[in-house]
Amino acid sequence: MADSTGAQAPKPSSSVKLVLLGEAAVGKSSLVMRFVNNDFQENKEPTIGAAFLTQKCNLPTRTIKFEIWDTAGQERFASLAPMYYRNAQAALVVYDITKASSLTKAQHWVAELQRQASPGIVIALVGNKFDLANPSSSSAAEGEGEEGEEGEGDARKIPAATAKAYADEEALLFFETSAKTGMNVAEVFTAIANAIPETSLKGPRGAAGQSGRQQEESRVNLTGPRDNVGAKEGCAC
Amino acid sequence: MSASKDSEAEPLRPEDTLTDTPIATEDQDEAISGEASGEITPPPLPPRPRMTVAHRGSRSSLRSLRPSTGTGRPPLQGKATTALSLGDVHTLSHGATLHEVHSSAASRQASATAGYNVSRSGSDIDDTASLRSFAPALEVSADLESILGEVIPDREGLAWKPTASPSDSEKRAEAAIFSDDEVFERTFAHEFDELEQIKEDGSNELSVLSEWKSKLKHFLILSSAGKPIWSRHGDDRLITNYIGVVQTIISFYQGAKDMLKGFTAGESRFVVLSKGPLNLVAISRLGESDSQLRTQLESLYMQILSTLTLPSMEKMFSNRPSTDLRRPLQGTETLLSALADGFTRGSPSTLLSALECLKMRKSHRQVVNNTLLSKRRPGLLYGLIVASGRLVSVVRPKKHSLHPGDLHLIFNMLFEAGSVKAGGGENWIPLCLPGFNNTGYLYMYVSFLNLDKASKEVTERPSTSDGPGDEVAILLISADRESFYEMREMRNELVEQLEKNGSIRIIRIAVKQGRSSCADIVPGTLIKHFLYKSRGNVQFIMPSYEPHFSTLIAKRRLHTLYAHLNSTLHARPTAPKIHHETSTTYTAIAWSTPLFELYAIAPSSTPRTAMAVAANAIVTYVRRNEDRVFIIGGAVF
Ligand SMILES: Nc1nc2c(ncn2[C@@H]2O[C@H](COP(=O)(O)OP(=O)(O)OP(=O)(O)O)[C@@H](O)[C@H]2O)c(=O)[nH]1
Ligand SMILES: [Mg+2]
Repeated sequence: MADSTGAQAPKPSSSVKLVLLGEAAVGKSSLVMRFVNNDFQENKEPTIGAAFLTQKCNLPTRTIKFEIWDTAGQERFASLAPMYYRNAQAALVVYDITKASSLTKAQHWVAELQRQASPGIVIALVGNKFDLANPSSSSAAEGEGEEGEEGEGDARKIPAATAKAYADEEALLFFETSAKTGMNVAEVFTAIANAIPETSLKGPRGAAGQSGRQQEESRVNLTGPRDNVGAKEGCAC
Repeated sequence: MSASKDSEAEPLRPEDTLTDTPIATEDQDEAISGEASGEITPPPLPPRPRMTVAHRGSRSSLRSLRPSTGTGRPPLQGKATTALSLGDVHTLSHGATLHEVHSSAASRQASATAGYNVSRSGSDIDDTASLRSFAPALEVSADLESILGEVIPDREGLAWKPTASPSDSEKRAEAAIFSDDEVFERTFAHEFDELEQIKEDGSNELSVLSEWKSKLKHFLILSSAGKPIWSRHGDDRLITNYIGVVQTIISFYQGAKDMLKGFTAGESRFVVLSKGPLNLVAISRLGESDSQLRTQLESLYMQILSTLTLPSMEKMFSNRPSTDLRRPLQGTETLLSALADGFTRGSPSTLLSALECLKMRKSHRQVVNNTLLSKRRPGLLYGLIVASGRLVSVVRPKKHSLHPGDLHLIFNMLFEAGSVKAGGGENWIPLCLPGFNNTGYLYMYVSFLNLDKASKEVTERPSTSDGPGDEVAILLISADRESFYEMREMRNELVEQLEKNGSIRIIRIAVKQGRSSCADIVPGTLIKHFLYKSRGNVQFIMPSYEPHFSTLIAKRRLHTLYAHLNSTLHARPTAPKIHHETSTTYTAIAWSTPLFELYAIAPSSTPRTAMAVAANAIVTYVRRNEDRVFIIGGAVF
């Protein structure tokens, strides 16, 4: 997939260690599978331990090679999490928009990351399973204040605005995604790639930049093109 | 039939019969290579015991609810084995319970109160007598038929029954060995279907319940406080009543300071395994023996330990006896179900407590072994290359061997349950290997190889459409949770080197070839399938299931027959060394020596002498190819 496109341009390339955290069954593995293989499985079994995958992402000026840790959300693996986020430069904290408890869990992860992970870590809050929301209740992926419009049959439990407000407060990137349709999946990773400060990028296996909070401004909410449904060939980055 | 052997007065404990004491690995290796060198010629087929079948009728009242007099639960997989190889396992799995050979005749005792087994040895005799064939060659078929007719009653729900005449059955390959049994086929075809959800209004409760009841095999795990932990079929709401009943029966016996082991209700055999705070229950209509069912329960128990470790599970229960174990086990359900379904389909590896290897030339395997050794990192405990459940190569420290029960859990996780396989990429999995050490976790690096371009980065696994037969995994196990990158580097160097020295190509060819057919192994043989277990290596070989046993149902019936033969060979106190039986549709032989166990199946018309010749030919084949079909010693550091 993306590997083929990466070869032609001798752009500077760097590795970014990224970790996915979140409650069990919110769709972490599905997001990764969509990003890496552009594939989706209806009944995915829970992850045991953690899976390690890599995927390249081509930005206009450089290539980012993501080294992705897809962790298991089940409680019993929680104690292993520090091992995976310790040197991570980026984190995807995932919740399920149809399950209220999952946002609470996500908030705990964000707090833990802010306390324990590398200070410069780029965190994206991701509300997954957008496809289960009633299309009329939220026409867009990113918060547009569509709360209160939840029609019957809408599985959405967490209004985008609620999560967005929280993300803004904590200076997190924020997306709603669907691993199932592919909506916004590539965009999340592109946004993260863009948000990683140049200074923290070294060669492959480079250490995370210890640049403190200086890249605050790069944590703007980089919203991907809205009509961009489905991860495209070559990871779209 | 030596009913009065002194030893039988004592409960059989695995500790007695078996090496509980660690044997130095060096010794073991020597022993193994001794066998490998072929110095020891397998003994010729011993003469058949000339005995008559006795007490067939009198057995019926003997057991239904049988409180155990034995304290000997196998310490089994729960115990840390720093010792040695594979050696002690097989017997362990049978050791504790050999005296209880399941007989379906007993299962006719629908009443759960039929009686106590007052005389253990008496019942043993009955059981073995009923299962064994003593008939002289010429009378074989009539006599055996009646014996089998009793052992495996002609009744729906049972896996096979001798009905068709040989001439009918010769017409079709499958029917040549097993006669048609539409009821069983229909039932078994739905065995793995998920039950419907019970609707809120309960309107479909009855139909779901009858679906549930039609399952041939159930497993339940509950805490000793009676809390449901896991069941293969049916949710809590459905099974609560049953759990209640089972729990009541178990506690009744526990109150009486007796450990309940098994009982029969209707057509179903119930076997209970109590393990500390857990009770595990198997309910089977597949005609397996108690000890075979217990081995399966042991394996489920090992899976629970593998998730939790023994101390942490015990702590949960000692802190709070009413602990709900479902939460800490979350996610383990799929592994338990995969194990259970493997047993229900028929698992030679569990039946024999042995492993299967990928057949390879000795020199080729040597190259793989040496490559593993040369790329070994300090953090490595065990390294394995596995091709769809068959071992290609192992590297291990001298003082630790691998426990087949542990490997079975790993293979189940990787090749049966979908979680790791489907995820793609590389995996880092904390797990406890209870046979190795049930108190702590190890960390397992897993990467599936794309055999066609192995050294390419494994972002993407070969698509599952390749079929399960083509999956090759590299497993690197470490005690250090931080050693992922170390293991990963080892894997990369290993695969690169294996690619360079041609091993990947050889593995690919061997995997694609699959198992040899019976005809390849013994040209011209009438044997349709066999299992050969090398006791010393704790490994087994079998030919391919094709063409006679390619369907799920044919496999199940084959394994039911193997289970029956196996329990016959392991019947106590008078386990036969050799057992020969004929039904209207098949002829089978089971042969046990200190070196091996062999089970072979041929059409019923096959004469006894031909069976003996064929059995010897298989033994000769294995002896000639021992270095290819088994991993002998492995790479040790
Ligand atoms: N409708 C819908 N279902 C999804 C989506 N993403 C994942 N799922 C489903 O949700 C279930 C759980 O997905 P996983 O990707 O395994 O979740 P996970 O977060 O990796 O779970 P753990 O590994 O246990 O932590 C699976 O059955 C997926 O098919 C989505 O975007 N839409
Ligand atoms: Mg997952």
